[in-house]
Amino acid sequence: MTRLITALIIGSIFGIGLAIAGMLNPSKVVGFLDIFGDWDPSLAFVMGGGILVNAIGHRFVMKRKAPIQCAAFSLPTSTNIDKPLVIGSVIFGVGWGLAGLCPGPVVASLFLNGEAMLPFFGLLIAGLLVGRIVMRRLA
Amino acid sequence: MTIAWASFTPFSAFLGGCLIGLAALLLMVFQGRVMGVSGIIGGLFGTASSAERGWRLAFLLGAVAGPIIWQIITKAPIIWQAVASGPQFYIAAFLVGLGTAIGSGCTSGHGICGLARLSPRSLMAVMAFMASAVATVAIVNHI
Repeated sequence: MTRLITALIIGSIFGIGLAIAGMLNPSKVVGFLDIFGDWDPSLAFVMGGGILVNAIGHRFVMKRKAPIQCAAFSLPTSTNIDKPLVIGSVIFGVGWGLAGLCPGPVVASLFLNGEAMLPFFGLLIAGLLVGRIVMRRLA
Repeated sequence: MTIAWASFTPFSAFLGGCLIGLAALLLMVFQGRVMGVSGIIGGLFGTASSAERGWRLAFLLGAVAGPIIWQIITKAPIIWQAVASGPQFYIAAFLVGLGTAIGSGCTSGHGICGLARLSPRSLMAVMAFMASAVATVAIVNHI
């Protein structure tokens, strides 16, 4: 139960962060990606702030033997840069550029703009499941 | 290239970014998990245990609630201006899901968490999706 409560609180901090940052506005996101047009560099500061806080804190967190609420840290173990990583990321970037929406802001705006975001979320999940089948075929 | 000074908001962007980083840090210290939203959504489906599904669902519910709470606190609506509609919007949705599944992550997992851990895989992923997103916007807006 306490695990669920902390996850809920952490999720809401994430959602509030996205709202303050301006990440929930697709037009602002595309303004950042539009470096050949009227460029709005704001979102570079979102990334800067996020990486800064996480990178500094991460060094201290990793001195712990285990997380507070479960038995072990679960970190990605794969280190090789392979084709799926690059091709998948390129595909994701195309989608991100087309609509100005990446998964975090999609979830965080589900009820702000449900009419548009619920179908978007549904199709995103469909894409995730198809992607997983593709990965299984490749493996 | 020109800079859009009128819409440039470095302070709120940095503050929001710090909160996003804080959330990622707290998820790691409490639950030992990388805060990658595409992975958190993906983990709801398939063979995950009910405990695994539980924290994921709670996190996502929190992410939905956060902006609503923020709107109540500030008494100001959060701006939402769409850039796509119709087929472009729906194709984008599918590609975001497909690409993050094949590429093992998105802006939060690779961008915030992976780069903070100095992961070479995440650096490669971020360069790839940034480049393709910038190219896509350039084509849509300027060609």
